[in-house]
Order: sequence, then C-alpha cells, then structure tokens
Amino acid sequence: MPSVALAGNIASAAARRARSEDRTAWLLAAPAIVLLLLFVLLPVAAVIFLGFTDFELGYGKFRFVGFENYAHLLNDRTFRRSLWNTSVYTAIVAPVSIVLGLGVALLIEGEGRARGFFRTVYFLPVASLIVAMATVWQYIFHPTIGPLNALLSLVGVPGPNWLGASNTVLYSLSIIGIWQSVGFNMVLFLAGLTAIPRELYAAAHVDGAKSALDRFFLVTWPMLGPTTLFVVTISITNAVKVFETVKMLTDGGPNKASEVLLFTIYQEGFVYLRVGYASAMTVVFLAILVVLMLLQYRVLDRRVHYT
Amino acid sequence: MSSIPAGRIIRFALLSFGALMILAPYIFMISTAGKTQSDIFTSSLALIPQHFYFAENFAKAFAKVPMATLLWNGVIVCGLIFFFQVVVAIPCAYAMAKLKFRAARLMMVLVMLGLLVPIHATALPLYVAFDRMSLLNSYISLVAPFTISVFAIFMFLQFFRAMPDDLLHAARLDGMSELGIVARVIVPNAWPAVTAFAIFSVVAHWNDLYWPLIVVSKQAYATPPLGLMYFRAAEAGDDYGALMAATLIITLPLVAAFLLAQKRFVEGITMTGLKG
Repeated sequence: MPSVALAGNIASAAARRARSEDRTAWLLAAPAIVLLLLFVLLPVAAVIFLGFTDFELGYGKFRFVGFENYAHLLNDRTFRRSLWNTSVYTAIVAPVSIVLGLGVALLIEGEGRARGFFRTVYFLPVASLIVAMATVWQYIFHPTIGPLNALLSLVGVPGPNWLGASNTVLYSLSIIGIWQSVGFNMVLFLAGLTAIPRELYAAAHVDGAKSALDRFFLVTWPMLGPTTLFVVTISITNAVKVFETVKMLTDGGPNKASEVLLFTIYQEGFVYLRVGYASAMTVVFLAILVVLMLLQYRVLDRRVHYT
Repeated sequence: MSSIPAGRIIRFALLSFGALMILAPYIFMISTAGKTQSDIFTSSLALIPQHFYFAENFAKAFAKVPMATLLWNGVIVCGLIFFFQVVVAIPCAYAMAKLKFRAARLMMVLVMLGLLVPIHATALPLYVAFDRMSLLNSYISLVAPFTISVFAIFMFLQFFRAMPDDLLHAARLDGMSELGIVARVIVPNAWPAVTAFAIFSVVAHWNDLYWPLIVVSKQAYATPPLGLMYFRAAEAGDDYGALMAATLIITLPLVAAFLLAQKRFVEGITMTGLKG
C-alpha cells in the first residue's frame, strides 16, 4: 500500500510540475503572443476585411462592396501596369543577381590572398543606405552631367535618358537592384560553398571529373541545392518588394513606366487615402508572397535532399 | 614553370572588374562631394576635383539638413526596436525550445505565418489605428510595429534547441527561477545569436524608408532615409555637390561599422540569411 501511495504522489507531483512549467511557459511567451496578435495577425485580418469595403481615410462611414474592389483591380490600368513592371523588374534582377552572386562566390572561393578584400567590396552595398546610394545612381544616370553618359559620349555613343525615358527607366532601376543584391547573394553562396566537404572534390577527381567545369556540375551544383533554393526565393521576394529606389528616383514615372506594386499600394493608400481599394491590392501582394513560399516548400520537398 | 597560371590572372581580372563596378558609385560620391557646381557641370569624368570644395559642400549639407537630429533619430529608433525585439523574443523562444509548453506547436505555426508578412502588408490598418490614436509623428509609431520579430523568435529558437539541457538542470537545482535562467544562463550563452540578430535588425531598420515615410511627416522625427528624401525634394535643383556630401555623411555610420566589424557582419547576414 505505501509504495502505491508513494508512486501516486510522485505521479501527481510530476503532473503538477508539468502544469507549472506550462504556466511559466505561457507567461514567458505572453508578451510575444500579445504583440503578434496586435501587430501581425489582427492587421492582416483587418486588411482582408478592409479589402471588401470602400473605406477612405477622412470619411467616417464605409460600406461593404463585396468583390467590387477586386473587380475594379482587373480593369485598373495602373494596377495592371504595376504588376507587369514588377514582374519585368523581378525577371531581370533576380536571375542576374543570382548568377552573378554565384559567379563571384566561385571566383572568390578560389582566390587566395585578396579573398577578404573582394568579399568586403562586393558586400559593401548591403551595408549602405540604399536611399542614399540611389541618389548617387541618379547622378551617375543624369542625362547631361552624369558620368555614365559622359563615358558613352567618349566612345561616340549617344547616351539615353536613363531614368527619364519610359523605355529605359525600368532597366536603369534593375541595374541598381542588381548592384545592390549581388553581394548579398554572394555571401549566402560562399557560406554554402564552405559547407561542401573537400573529399567530394577529390572523389570526383578520382572518378574522372578532370576539368573544373565537370567538378562544378558533379559536386558543387548539386551540393549547393538547398542554398540555391533559398537564394532564389529570397531574391524573388526582395525584387517583388522593390520600393525605395522607385520612390526616391522616379515616383513611378515617367508615364507610369516604373509603377511597381508597393509603390502603387503606397500611392492609393497613403497619398489618395483610398484604404479599402489599397487593401485589396495588398491582399494580392500577400497572395503573391504566399504562392512564392508554397512553391519553395514544394521544391524543397521534392528535389533538394542531400543529408 | 614558375609563371603565374593564366587561370589565376583571368580570375583576378574578372574579380577586379566586378569590384570596380561595385565601387564606382562610392568613388563618384566622394569625388562629387568635393566639386564646385561648375566642376560638376563641365567635367563629370574627372575624379579629382579641380578646386577642392569638400568643406563648402559639407557645410552646406550640415546647414540645410539637421544631420544630428537625423542620426540621433536613427540611433534611437533602431536601438529601441532592437531592444524590444530581443526582450520579447528570447523568453518566448526559450519557452518554446526548453519548457513543456503545450502551445509550442501552435506558436510555431504562428511564427511561420508571421515570417511571411512584411510591414507592407500590415501598414494600412496600422496607419489607420495610429492615426485614430493621434500617434503619427512619434517614436511610438516608428517603433511599435517592429517590437515583435517572429524572425528573432525563429532564430533564437533554433539556437536554443542546440543548447545542452544539463546547463538548465544545474541552474534549476541551484534554485533559479525560469526568468532568472533566461537572464543569467540563456542570454549570456546566446551572445553569438544576439549579435547576428543585432546586425540584421539594425541594417533593416536603419535602411527602411516605407514605414517612416507613412507615419512621419515632420522633420523632427525623420530617420536618415526620410531626412535625405526631404533634403533632395527641397533642393530640387542640381546641387549635386551638397547632395553627395549629405549622402556621404548619412551612409558613413553603417559602412564604418561594417568595415570595423565585417567578420561579424558577414556572419550575421549569413546566419540570419535575410534582409528587408
């Protein structure tokens, strides 16, 4: 009998301990939970809700309009232009900065003494205030006094009005975007490269992969799979979120040639104060991010397993 | 065969060419910050100014932009954000990683969802709310939305999971409370993760233009990016000399910090693997 009672005591003591630990855990997590509700979950719910209303800041009343905002979006030329421009910008910046980032990482990996120097230089834009560097780029791209066109005129090529003409503005912004993200991608690739065991290269050599290119496709590329997937997703997400350079340099112009998603949302919501309509746009923006993440998980599940 | 192999030369040349492309804007920034207006208009390719005009341009920048206010606002805002993020995230991550926490799975789902939502998606309702509470143009509105960083929770969580349990058992046997364990055992051991996160957080918020642009309309609360934007708008003309001087001053703090602690920077960015 006593032993049973003792066992019962121990069990209930353990249960009590577990309960008290659970309570402590709740207390420790409480600030995070409250703030998460307040600043992430509630606002997201509110954005979805507002997207079905005609809410405008400054007017007291609003009414439900169902899917009217979304129907309107389909025919909104500015919004369609904006989606298109964002896609073009992403389609240029993401692949180019990934390929260049990988290239630089591979070159630096093989470099000896100057390795640290080059890494610092390429990484510099990541640590620089992009808004500030954007104004420098504006000077470089200046059609009459800018050094880029001065350089072009030296070789007899008439320079375009980089940021001022609707047919070049998106490409000029892309150049800035690439300049900004190559170093970031390089650092991520460098981390991925150092994680590859040296023996694999030796083994590949024994197996007949004599040239550097053979070894790249046999060892480096497959082993970099997880890193590459990560870099791809993050590059696309960052390109979709382009805003600073557009706001600083072009204000979406000329002629809406550089309207991008976040800039259009900003204009609608915070300049024209049409919060309901801008919320519907925001929902589309969030949907794009969700799709990108789901794609990443799918690829991660299917392809990249090298553990 | 003591000659340098051709491969090495090509590699070095490629890297140098790329490095020059990356450095070009910095070179032009510094050179233009020292040029007179007429210099800028006549010889944009000459890197060394004909008349050294650095002092004048910097004086103009300091006279027209409240540099001290901007930098101070930047430091205050980034400092407060980082402080709250760490104070909120560490106990939460500890509870999820090391305690028998029944809601841990649910929290994990919330964190993963939160990772997906940038400030751009929550800005509209937050703006409406801050407007209703008359909190626009304040440090509160600049800082509050970022006090919770799901990313910080996620990162610390992974770091804590790798920490040995023995350390905690020993502390508990010594009679420490859970909060005491967090403050005196977890935090000191989590230092590498904290510095990595600090770099990520400060770079992100020092550079952020979107949210300050929305909630601040007065120079008194402007952060560095916003202040530079005002300056540029006010100087609409082509006074690139003063503009480049202002740009140089505002870029310098973070770049200097990076050059001094670059190993930590690179580690931090690799460890966090995220920006913006």
